[in-house]
Amino acid sequence: MYLDFEKPIEELENKIRDLSAIRESKPEVQSEIESLQKQLQEITRSIYERLTPWQTVQVARHPERPTIRDYIANLFTDFLECCGDRAFGDDPAICGGFATFEKFRVMAIGHQKGKTVEDNIRCNFGMARPEGYRKALRLMQLAAKFHLPVLTFIDTSGAFPGQDAEERGQAEAIARNLREMSRLPTPILCVVTGEGGSGGALGIGVGDRILMLGNAVYSVISPEGCASILWRDGSKAPEAAEALKITAPALLKLKVIDEIIPEPPGGAHRHPEGTMIAVRKALRKHLADLKGMSIKKLLNKRYEKYAKLGR
Amino acid sequence: MGWFSWKKKEKKPVEPPSAEELWTSCSACKGMLFKEEWIKAWKVCPICGFHEKLTARERINQLVDQKSFHEFDARITVSDPLKFKDDKGSYAEKAEQTKDKTGLKEAVITGRGKITDIRVVLAVMDFNFLGGSLGSGTGEKIFRAIEYALRHRMPLLIVSASGGARMHEGIISLMQMAKTSAALARLHEAGIPYISLLTNPTTGGVSASYAMLGDLNIAEPGALVGFAGRRVIEQTIKQKLPDEFQTAEYVRDHGFLDMVVPRKELRDTLGRLFRYLQNAKVE
Repeated sequence: MYLDFEKPIEELENKIRDLSAIRESKPEVQSEIESLQKQLQEITRSIYERLTPWQTVQVARHPERPTIRDYIANLFTDFLECCGDRAFGDDPAICGGFATFEKFRVMAIGHQKGKTVEDNIRCNFGMARPEGYRKALRLMQLAAKFHLPVLTFIDTSGAFPGQDAEERGQAEAIARNLREMSRLPTPILCVVTGEGGSGGALGIGVGDRILMLGNAVYSVISPEGCASILWRDGSKAPEAAEALKITAPALLKLKVIDEIIPEPPGGAHRHPEGTMIAVRKALRKHLADLKGMSIKKLLNKRYEKYAKLGR
Repeated sequence: MGWFSWKKKEKKPVEPPSAEELWTSCSACKGMLFKEEWIKAWKVCPICGFHEKLTARERINQLVDQKSFHEFDARITVSDPLKFKDDKGSYAEKAEQTKDKTGLKEAVITGRGKITDIRVVLAVMDFNFLGGSLGSGTGEKIFRAIEYALRHRMPLLIVSASGGARMHEGIISLMQMAKTSAALARLHEAGIPYISLLTNPTTGGVSASYAMLGDLNIAEPGALVGFAGRRVIEQTIKQKLPDEFQTAEYVRDHGFLDMVVPRKELRDTLGRLFRYLQNAKVE
């Protein structure tokens, strides 16, 4: 699937594909293919270097972008999924379990988006209900009890706005996670991989280090929601996306995130393997850093980090 | 008395109050109310019992023992980390207008005072200030109030009235949820009582942070309490929600509020609750 602004990429890729198909019978097209590939690289780079905030939102929401399952499969070994909040049920919009990252055993937790419609219906498009946040907290506390670091992968348009979710205390579930994560006595490393949608993202997003993929976004409200309230017109989302400062470089400047994990030009959906390499490198560095700190120091620094925001 | 002042007095005869000054109407049942009595009843409608929103100052006057309130951080005000603008103008201008209109510098007043003779730290939100939205100044004031309670081992009361996080300060507003909750974690660990009073409305990022984290969560009758807005939910699930959805009573019945307390009983009830949280021995 190509995004609107990826038209030039689409055209070049189509041409390359057509030429490649006739390469066997016409070996002379080889040099043209090579030059087109070069052009493709350049044009992809130049488009992705200049993404507007609204285009970045499109990339962050790309249906082919890696999901928590891809990160688990590529970054971890020995994954054991754990289900349920021990109170109401299991929420497939949050996936979590034991995982091994290189030489560390960790607890990996993330929002689950799907790549197909059926997948997405099953995991509610990555929009968690209270039992999802409570499962996440249960697993984090379990991790802390046995001294495992917690890794969270954030990718949600927001907490699910449904009648049942409200009745089971969506607000309370998120609030409790914020409070408990701020004092959880084990390292917490958070990565915003796609959409960081408001409270639904923050509900598993309080930690010692907040990393963010280059084309991920993180916002207090969706650009559409902000546009419909402040501009009184949902179609002004591109303007709202600009005003809200939701891209990784903007958030780094605001000191809300600690590091940007660069995506290959063309985005994580086009180059998942390159993205995994970058994420692995960042996790390795920060995990080693955090593991080297005493829990007391870790918690004090975590507290100070949030105390300073907006001061 | 001099000649001039005598003349002045004659020129300004005392006019009887106009009907508008004497009467008002309930914004819920539209019934006509005698203003003085209504204000004396802390803006609760004597006909239908509707609890009109109170300003933060009115709320403090209602709950705190006379002359016992000392304000904290009165100078902390709005900041504009994003230099936010929408099509109607800049956030900076909007904030200035709001400050002029309300006489407030932020959407919360914090301080210490006594409730039925118990010393407490208070943070009282004001819906008139940008919808009681949680911005960086709001978060910082609440954070400092919590830290004051922690340092002085004083019980804490936060009165919420808010539509949620303030859009104009973007992600920094969202982070105030984490910041205030982190301070509450320390209060919680120190075993210091915190009562959250949720008033109409308490929604979004405020309900999803400090407002739901009280040792006790109590609300006023009929107050709107929830996370997502009714319209958003109806659009998502493509169903009409029951009328009583997200009212204080509904939220209490689903297990997320300890009690719903009418305004006229609030001060007394808070005093009694704080006594339970402070001392097992009857003094």
